[in-house]
Amino acid sequence: MVAAAPYTPQELMTVVAARELRDGEVVFVGIGLPNLACNLARATHAPNLVLIYESGAVGAVPERLPVSIGDPALVTGALMVASMADTFQCLLQGGRIEVGFLGGAQVDRHGNINTTAIGDYARPRVRLPGSGGATEIAIHARRTLVVGALSPRAFPAEVDFITTPGLRSRGRTRRELGHPGAGPVRVITDGGVLEANAGSGELELAALFPGVTADGVRERVGWPLVVRASLQPVAPPSAEDVRLLRDVLDPGRLFLKR
Amino acid sequence: MTASGKVVSMREAIAAHVRDGDSVVIDGFTHLICFAAGHEIIRQGRRDLTLCRLTPDLVYDQMIAAGCARKLVFSWAGNPGAGSLFAFRRAVEVSDPPLEIEEYSHFGMVARLAAGAANLPFWPLRDYAGTDLPAVNPQIRTVTCPFTGEQLAAVPALNPDVAIVHVQRADASGNAQVWGLLGTQKEAAFAARRVIVVCEELVTEEVIRADPNRTLIPGLVVHAVVREPWGAHPSYAQGFYDRDNDFYVAWEAIGRDERRLRGWLDEWVFGLPDRAAYLAKQPGLRERLAADVRMAAGVNYGF
Repeated sequence: MVAAAPYTPQELMTVVAARELRDGEVVFVGIGLPNLACNLARATHAPNLVLIYESGAVGAVPERLPVSIGDPALVTGALMVASMADTFQCLLQGGRIEVGFLGGAQVDRHGNINTTAIGDYARPRVRLPGSGGATEIAIHARRTLVVGALSPRAFPAEVDFITTPGLRSRGRTRRELGHPGAGPVRVITDGGVLEANAGSGELELAALFPGVTADGVRERVGWPLVVRASLQPVAPPSAEDVRLLRDVLDPGRLFLKR
Repeated sequence: MTASGKVVSMREAIAAHVRDGDSVVIDGFTHLICFAAGHEIIRQGRRDLTLCRLTPDLVYDQMIAAGCARKLVFSWAGNPGAGSLFAFRRAVEVSDPPLEIEEYSHFGMVARLAAGAANLPFWPLRDYAGTDLPAVNPQIRTVTCPFTGEQLAAVPALNPDVAIVHVQRADASGNAQVWGLLGTQKEAAFAARRVIVVCEELVTEEVIRADPNRTLIPGLVVHAVVREPWGAHPSYAQGFYDRDNDFYVAWEAIGRDERRLRGWLDEWVFGLPDRAAYLAKQPGLRERLAADVRMAAGVNYGF
């Protein structure tokens, strides 16, 4: 057993996100931290994870951390390179994706994600990149995981713009909307894990990171967050996790802040 | 059109096929984005273009900054792996009038090009329910399936005036072979009214015929062929050169500052006659980015 290492909340968030993936699963990998978490999972407990990128790389085994989701290292040694039409139609809409893994600029009480615009759409305060493949990934993947650091701005009660539908969108359930997948079942933050309540369609606090209190999470969320009666403990990252993240996967600190 | 008549310089190809007011797709998803063509369009001072791409990338950020664009049709406008496209953001957040935008998701853009390529008016997809995208883009509509009665999303065909597709190798007729990420190059080429193929290597027809499964775009849809080695830098060409991630990261600081961006365009686009001069200006590029060798075994096409 390796001793626990000093780590940052962002590193633990990435490690917890990686732990959500089971060996052998088929994952549609989003840009940013999800990309790092998926590659950490592949380097540790899930060597048979099937990484699919929206760029069309299927079964990617990148020898370096892909800076973008269209990196050439995703192609070298992959099982298949699909056209984007085949990637979205046959793999995603065809129901072959078990896990969709997304980052989010803003995530609301019902798990809706905004990556489009802060403020008015026509004249936004901050124009964000937009959907990419996130809209359809969260509609079709059997379950969706979201990773993002807590702050009242990042976790408002209601997002300014629904780019990617969550558990309930403008009052309508996923069943009413006809979405095949379960949507964002877990949101991994830098303070704990939020989990979907299937009944209320709300995200609830289900697990806490070491040294973080439920109130500490609630302060960084823009709605009266439901805290489950029994919170799951979260184990700190192993020394090996931290070493892999810092020295092997992201030595240039593209995704992880120092 | 004779095959040999198709092979032209980048300057000639852009002059002949890209006109003010055109809708233009410079295709390639991260891979094979033809910056050489974008820069030549900037140099020739094209205006009022409707720029279409899934990911506008730095090439459209530069074209927006240079004043070429009237409208952007897109699905993800960031600097991939690095951050923001600041010329795009300024054009939407503060410019008066703002840049006109028409926004989809990736699947929506793929479907639009697929419909255009297949000569259909629209393409159905299971998408957009519960999102705010249809509320800001009236081109995203619904259609009822005539067989099951299901409601599906529908997006209109995209038939750009011009598609510019960068490939690893092509012959003089424009038969174009691509490996690595395929993006929407095939759909864009078949959907467009005019097609410019830009290649790293101009090869004989025999090379193409020896491996026909690798041909993504047949010459019969191609109007011009340009040989332009390293024409995709800072994007990449699998097996030729790596993506210049350092430049993508550096673009954050360049793009953020309008004056610095203007200076960059003056130095690297307006101040240079062509791609050969762009390459001559950075002699370390090959050493830094040339691809290593990972050959695939061939296959037997015999019968």
